[in-house]
Amino acid sequence: MTNTAYQSHAERATIFNEDEARVNWHDETLWWVRQKRDRAAHLIPEWESLRELASGIKDNVLSNLHDYLVSFEEQAIQNGVQVHWAADAAEHNAIVLSIVKRHGVNRMVKSKSMLTEECHLNAFLSEQGIEVIDTDLGERIVQLAEEPPSHIVLPCIHKKKEEIGDLFHEHLGTPAGNADPQFLTAAARLHLREKFLTRRVAITGVNFAVAETGEFVVCTNEGNADMGAHLADVHIACMGMEKIIPQRRHLGVFLRLLTRSATGQPITTYSSHFRKPRPGQELHIILVDNGRSRQLGRPDFRNSLKCIRCAACFNTCPVYRRSGGHSYHTAIAGPIGSILAPNLDMKEYADLPFASTLCGSCSNVCPVKIDIHDQLYKWRQVLVQEGHAPLVKKVAMAGMAFTLSLPSLYKIAGKAARWTLSHAPFAVNNKLNPWYKNREMPQVPASSFGEWYAKNRTKNK
Amino acid sequence: MSSRAAILSAVKAAQPSLKPLPALPVSNVSNDLTGLFSETLLGIGAQVHFVTDYDELIRIIGSSYDLGKRIIALNKVFAPIAEVEAVYTAPLTLADVELVILETNLAVAENGAVWITDDQLPARVLPFIAQHSAVIVRKEDIVANMHQAYEVIGDQVYGFGTFIAGPSKTADIEQSLVLGAHGPCSMLVFIL
Repeated sequence: MTNTAYQSHAERATIFNEDEARVNWHDETLWWVRQKRDRAAHLIPEWESLRELASGIKDNVLSNLHDYLVSFEEQAIQNGVQVHWAADAAEHNAIVLSIVKRHGVNRMVKSKSMLTEECHLNAFLSEQGIEVIDTDLGERIVQLAEEPPSHIVLPCIHKKKEEIGDLFHEHLGTPAGNADPQFLTAAARLHLREKFLTRRVAITGVNFAVAETGEFVVCTNEGNADMGAHLADVHIACMGMEKIIPQRRHLGVFLRLLTRSATGQPITTYSSHFRKPRPGQELHIILVDNGRSRQLGRPDFRNSLKCIRCAACFNTCPVYRRSGGHSYHTAIAGPIGSILAPNLDMKEYADLPFASTLCGSCSNVCPVKIDIHDQLYKWRQVLVQEGHAPLVKKVAMAGMAFTLSLPSLYKIAGKAARWTLSHAPFAVNNKLNPWYKNREMPQVPASSFGEWYAKNRTKNK
Repeated sequence: MSSRAAILSAVKAAQPSLKPLPALPVSNVSNDLTGLFSETLLGIGAQVHFVTDYDELIRIIGSSYDLGKRIIALNKVFAPIAEVEAVYTAPLTLADVELVILETNLAVAENGAVWITDDQLPARVLPFIAQHSAVIVRKEDIVANMHQAYEVIGDQVYGFGTFIAGPSKTADIEQSLVLGAHGPCSMLVFIL
């Protein structure tokens, strides 16, 4: 991931919005995915009770996480798995490095894992001279483009096929100008098959980990997690510790919800349950905290840990669809990312809870019923109280509070605004006024309501 | 303090008071699951054949795939067209497999998934590395949904198990669906 100078969501979104046709295309593509989700959800008559059930199971998990983690570890060890604990991203990355070094390899394959994005694992390993090939097609595409994923399920949803054709021409030697998805996918299949067959270490993420049995489930459509894991001598599974569910039978609830919410498919092509390493293989699980225990301790925000990473909230969000994933400058974009990121760094991500209209659509599609828009609203209050609001907003709010506290000043300010808007609109219809951006200034009434009332009340007496 | 101890004590301090684990729905028995199952399979890019016996099934495989290429199965009935060794310990030797023939005893109507575990696999990588796949399902092994599927799985012991629903696929390039991402490009499902 390139480390560019800080730009807020609004600043990045402004750049994204310079190409209106592209914004419309991005918006429509994601809305189409949202519609597929709706069709899939509507085919399940008990959809709403299923969401309620999933949310209730996750409530139980969060209230008993300590015991579930202990049970999961015990079972996993019995299954022949090596379990590691990482307090933060740095420790997670160091554990991966130590395993890789012990096996004396300097290259590996990795299937999709948002946790490793959160920990910036690729950049860390690359500094240590270790090559990581992302094997999910979308992730491989953004990796070749030297960009982070812009969406947690559809990593290169911001890219046009022609741009992907150019990338493949440059890196994989496909013919110039060929942008046919079928052809490009076949080229990537050949390119990545060679990697699967030659890399000795494979990293995967984890979708669900079962406390009762110590097994974990990885879901993909492409089969890349399984290709990596079953061909490698060493399989490292990296998981945020909130991925725990109590029992195997609870997988039925979450697997029914996950992919219908994500892409509108009834289930992913592969839902693989890893319980024991295959004979001769080493299997490692890294359990990562990285701020999750802190979030668990915040009653207003702990429900964000229920997330199963389906991205339904991204696809439905009017702000995400029109600002693009990179505007969020964090591994997990969209509404859910905007309530997770401030927990990692309040100052760095103070802008994200404001990147929302609070329309509530995110909460309505969430398969585990996270109150996302309420949490966005609550984060705004926490961030302002902690002094992380942008200066312009602080000054404007202080000015407004002062004006509203003095009726005489309020009247004068109102008169001045009405005079300016009707006699000198150029003073506010300009780039210096952020309110004017993408908006018209309102039509001004001749008088304020106070003035109108005073006049008409006398007349009617 | 080790990270393990530190994390566990932080979690213990942060977690709210215990909330009960909700009960799972009681499953209803449904009719005509074969129809829903095959309809779902067609929707996810698989091909479906209703067959009456293995001879018919082998004939269809013969007419769909090049029998000169490498085919692997577990059931000895496929010996005339496939390798039927029980176990392969070196997965890298399987890179040239054209077709894997699998048998399941659990399939799910609502999503077209079939459940395959270690016992039914000559090697874990086979359902992923083969260019094509075929699966044999018995009518009576089809359940309605995932809740019922996990009731059947119960506390089955396995090292690895997977639900497979159709051929491998991706839509990462402009949401255009392409069959055959890294795993099989096609999946034939035989319903016995």
